[in-house]
Amino acid sequence: MTLRLSGGLLEELRREAEQAYPAECCGVLAGRGSVTKDVTRLVPVTNRRTDDPHRYLISPDDLRRITDDLHQEELEILGFYHSHPDHPAAPSAYDIEHAWPWYSYLIVRVSGGRAAELASWQLNDDRAAMRPEPLDVFSEV
Amino acid sequence: MSVTVSIPTPLRSFTGGQDTVELSGNTVGQVLDGLLTAHAELRRHLVQDDGRLRNFVNLYLNETDIRHLSSTATPVHPGDVLTIVPSIAGGAPSTTTEASLSHAEILRYSRHLLLPEVGIAGQRKLKAARVLTVGAGGLGSPLSLYLAAAGVGTIGIVDFDVVDLTNLQRQIVHGTSTLGRPKLESAEARLTDVNPNVRIEKHETRLTSQNALEILADYDIVVDGTDNFPTRYLVNDACVLLGKPNVYGSIFRFEGQASLFYAKEGPCYRCLYSEPPPPGLVPSCAEGGVLGVLPGIIGSIQALETIKWIIGAGDSLIGRLLLFDALKLRFRELRLRKDPSCPICGESPTIRELIDYEAFCGIGAEPTYAGPEITAEELRREMQEKDSELVLIDVREPHEWDIAHIEGARLIPLGQLPERLADLDGHAEIVTHCHHGARSMKALQLLKGAGFSRVRSLAGGIDAWADRVEIGMARY
Repeated sequence: MTLRLSGGLLEELRREAEQAYPAECCGVLAGRGSVTKDVTRLVPVTNRRTDDPHRYLISPDDLRRITDDLHQEELEILGFYHSHPDHPAAPSAYDIEHAWPWYSYLIVRVSGGRAAELASWQLNDDRAAMRPEPLDVFSEV
Repeated sequence: MSVTVSIPTPLRSFTGGQDTVELSGNTVGQVLDGLLTAHAELRRHLVQDDGRLRNFVNLYLNETDIRHLSSTATPVHPGDVLTIVPSIAGGAPSTTTEASLSHAEILRYSRHLLLPEVGIAGQRKLKAARVLTVGAGGLGSPLSLYLAAAGVGTIGIVDFDVVDLTNLQRQIVHGTSTLGRPKLESAEARLTDVNPNVRIEKHETRLTSQNALEILADYDIVVDGTDNFPTRYLVNDACVLLGKPNVYGSIFRFEGQASLFYAKEGPCYRCLYSEPPPPGLVPSCAEGGVLGVLPGIIGSIQALETIKWIIGAGDSLIGRLLLFDALKLRFRELRLRKDPSCPICGESPTIRELIDYEAFCGIGAEPTYAGPEITAEELRREMQEKDSELVLIDVREPHEWDIAHIEGARLIPLGQLPERLADLDGHAEIVTHCHHGARSMKALQLLKGAGFSRVRSLAGGIDAWADRVEIGMARY
């Protein structure tokens, strides 16, 4: 699948990641998915891991609440975003171990406080690795 | 009638696109087995190799997480809805032992980075480390300064005292400009000046059995810089119960000790000293004095052991007690063995929670201040009124007498008093005094026991006299 989202949303994501630095930020990619995944909204989520700045956790209760809220607007969860402070925008072993199939995992690198490259990833069905997912960024006119 | 299993979006490709699956069974476990049999592809996403649910897979029976019920043994009934809810986790490849270093930090720590035993990896471990120092006094000063300079990322300090002029002879983290301020504030200002990258966590409280486990739990390693036995046993026991290493140091006059107590790998403090000394036998630094540079040496050894433990370099002091004699300038080393009958870290421990350490060390049971006292103001008035009839006996040591003494007093050091009773007039009205009042009270007991009936002790000692009566007298 291809993840489609606007340049404006990506800018929003970069700013959030920079504000969280040196900690990680995390949140939900919400929108509609059929042939492509069209992200229409970012939902920032409180990181439930406070013991380690290099980990994020979205609790099942938060996820249920967000799912229900989005359902009211006929939107669904397409995936998640999180930042990697001072690390490449590629999944860590820990990311892969905890990944779900189908969801998009959008990762943004924050280098010394400035957002750098970002990339979206999807889990392979054998859980052994994550593959890059095509990213289609359009500009709003 | 059956149970409905609600499938989240990411797993629907394994159920042929269905968002619910109808299954039968008596328990959550049976329904789950049915699901995995019907849709085998789901197995690797939901359960581990050992058959248990993956830790990021949550099952809700109707509105309740099954972990709050009876887990997979929870009974189910027709019409129930079992929902699979993901928790989403991940993070950068860094773990707690891999903090990253900025260019400025690399330059700051360059002399460390040149050592293969430290290097980038060791320096990152130091940055990620969380060290708790108990006390910001004589030992805590050099210790916290070196830990901060070395780049330990987080230093917690427990102290509730304020900076006093008598501290500055050895407590080098404080200074004349911070006199009268809380030691935590004073230390934080100095330590963040040494290294602004360090985070100081201030615990302005006395460490007690009620708060110790909570405070210590947040740290990787604990450094004991206390000067009293109750706290020393408290720190030891809390570290054993939490499975944390305890870097021990103690000082007295010209002698010091250091070790690393880590019950997982060696002995603890109780293996060395199962019982505290009787109260009053070992004087504190305030009573017995201490050479100012001595805590500098012992506290630096504690900092050294802490840093080695964090980076995993060299041979630690686990199982070794280092003894230092400053006057002879000699180090000795004793082998310590783990005591199988140790009440807290032995084979069948009897201490399973923190106890009352004041009572354990006999504090409160001590027969101090159990005699008639006289205040400094009353003493002056009586000395002026009765003049020669009142005998004032100073039971301090001659070197203390040289610092300051009360005009008209007689110097008889406490240790010599039993042999010099014959010099005293049995009819006389006697007042004993010392520095703060403790030795004076012992002298009073001794005199009463020898039949002197009219004896009082100067409350607060010569220090109270200098504070309220003879303003301008030297204090120490």
